[in-house]
Amino acid sequence: MNSAQIEIQLIASLVAIACAIPGTFLVLRKMAMISDAISHSILPGIVIGFFITQDLNSPLLILFAAFTGIITVVLVEYIQKTGLVKEDTAIGLVFPALFSIGVILIAKNANDVHLDVDAVLLGELAFAPFDRLLILGTDVGPKALWIIGVILLITITLLIAFFKELKVSTFDAGLAASLGFSPAIIHYGLMSVASVTTVGAFDAVGAILVVALMIAPAATAYLLTTDLKKMLSLAISFGVLSAISGYWFAHWLDASIAGSITTMLGLLFLLVYLFAPSKGVIAVMYREKQKRTEVSLLTFLLHLKNHNELEERHVNHLREHINWQKVRAKTVLELALKNNMIVVNESIVSLTQKGNTFTSKAIDYIITNEDAQIEDMKDDFFLFRG
Amino acid sequence: MDKKIAVKVDDLTVAYNYKPVLWDIDLEIPEGVLMAIVGPNGAGKSTLIKSILGILNPIAGSVAIYGKPYKKQRQLVAYVPQKGSVDWDFPTTALDVVMMGTYGSLGWIKRPRQKEKKAALEALEKVGMLAFKSRQISQLSGGQQQRIFLARALVQNASIYFMDEPFQGVDATTEIAIINILKELRKAGKTVIVVHHDLQTVPEYFDWVTFLNVKKIATGPVKDIFNDDNLTKTYGINYKVSIQE
Repeated sequence: MNSAQIEIQLIASLVAIACAIPGTFLVLRKMAMISDAISHSILPGIVIGFFITQDLNSPLLILFAAFTGIITVVLVEYIQKTGLVKEDTAIGLVFPALFSIGVILIAKNANDVHLDVDAVLLGELAFAPFDRLLILGTDVGPKALWIIGVILLITITLLIAFFKELKVSTFDAGLAASLGFSPAIIHYGLMSVASVTTVGAFDAVGAILVVALMIAPAATAYLLTTDLKKMLSLAISFGVLSAISGYWFAHWLDASIAGSITTMLGLLFLLVYLFAPSKGVIAVMYREKQKRTEVSLLTFLLHLKNHNELEERHVNHLREHINWQKVRAKTVLELALKNNMIVVNESIVSLTQKGNTFTSKAIDYIITNEDAQIEDMKDDFFLFRG
Repeated sequence: MDKKIAVKVDDLTVAYNYKPVLWDIDLEIPEGVLMAIVGPNGAGKSTLIKSILGILNPIAGSVAIYGKPYKKQRQLVAYVPQKGSVDWDFPTTALDVVMMGTYGSLGWIKRPRQKEKKAALEALEKVGMLAFKSRQISQLSGGQQQRIFLARALVQNASIYFMDEPFQGVDATTEIAIINILKELRKAGKTVIVVHHDLQTVPEYFDWVTFLNVKKIATGPVKDIFNDDNLTKTYGINYKVSIQE
């Protein structure tokens, strides 16, 4: 690995971390689309900022562009508040309008500088190492690395300082307000961080990848954990993992780095979506199947409990009577036997003591829906996990 | 009146999009009552609570908690929002939600420590949910979620409790458990204000009642004012409840 390769991966990783932090809260606040809006509508802010500063890396330009991001949020909320359109429609109205102003401004005035629509949408990470930061004539590294590094530092400081406030206002804005943590201040604080991060990151990775880096790692992490801190650290890890693997994927294909990183994010999400232990598609399907079997088991046990007559409890009769297919009847019978809930004696099925108690408790639970008494059954049966 | 006034509302008017949902409300809630706010859907019951707590901004009027504005008296007040107002799939545990009740006394930036955790565990114990402390909140039943919310208010150790429909979607056992805790709070001298829907249980649960339908219809002791006349005025139809003493 040469130093440019290391620098590119470092920039991509820092961008991923800086995006994953606000992204986690955007996902939890069901505001994923607002990041899309911000990333597009900062374009006129960047163009106007460039006219003023004449320097694409000026901190003033970043602040100016981030301010356009905040304006987007305010406009979306204003339009939504009129009650005439819903939030998604408001977002769809605001950001194309602002973005198109940016496109026109570029076409009219900035044709001769490094500021074109392609670069805005896709970024060019591969060129990032060429633009160096010189302090007193000494090369201290790529400018992009410094910009995103400073933004990340600010983001992490804010996250640590205001973690509790972010958590409570995201979970329960009403409570936060009554406790004196103004949800509006926290909301606009988060939006400011998201805007500044977007501006700082998009020069390197482009407007589309910024959105992917904010939303995809958080959405992936959400499927794997029930703890906010773990969700944050998982989102950060997924972001970095995609950034580095995406870089090497692009290297191998000789393709766009931004595109490859986004592809990796998508693949990672797909894998987790399918295979996550409790929220994944396969786990959910397995659980549904188990629940079906358990309902059958319960129906079967209840039948045994209600009938003392021998003919009602004969193996063959059960098959006809409950009207199940052979396979289903066999699965249920085996499950009951395995749990020592029944005994089969000369083809006559009887409930054991354990089977009897289980049936009473289960029926009780289904009727009263009271949890306490079936706590010990939850580990063995999906049916009782709610 | 010999009792102190816990909450005083003066000329309160609240509007959504210029349409008043509460109109010129005057209300005095004496200390130590267990009060129901009743009224039809859209009567502004939740709005009244939210305006008292500074969550909504009224277009006119003022609110005083023990004679001072809410902002100065936050420590004295605990709030239980409607269960449906939050996303129960949020990645957190029962204990963590209860801990949020301690955030108010901590203020900005400071983090909860051992002392706050201990208080939260005690509150969980009080509502009979200690065994569920590490359970993810989406894995709790509706009644258990409501108990968690109640525990979160208890941990605030407030003087006045505002609750928005705490009995909504809970089973009979939980309802009894909750009302017993509310009655204990009253016994301890606290003031409890509950948005309530089930008119049949008002005389059994509460000693004070406010009838609300955009305007205040009546407020006072249940035994004096909970009658067909006020119910009819509030609900607009000829209302009859049989009150069993």
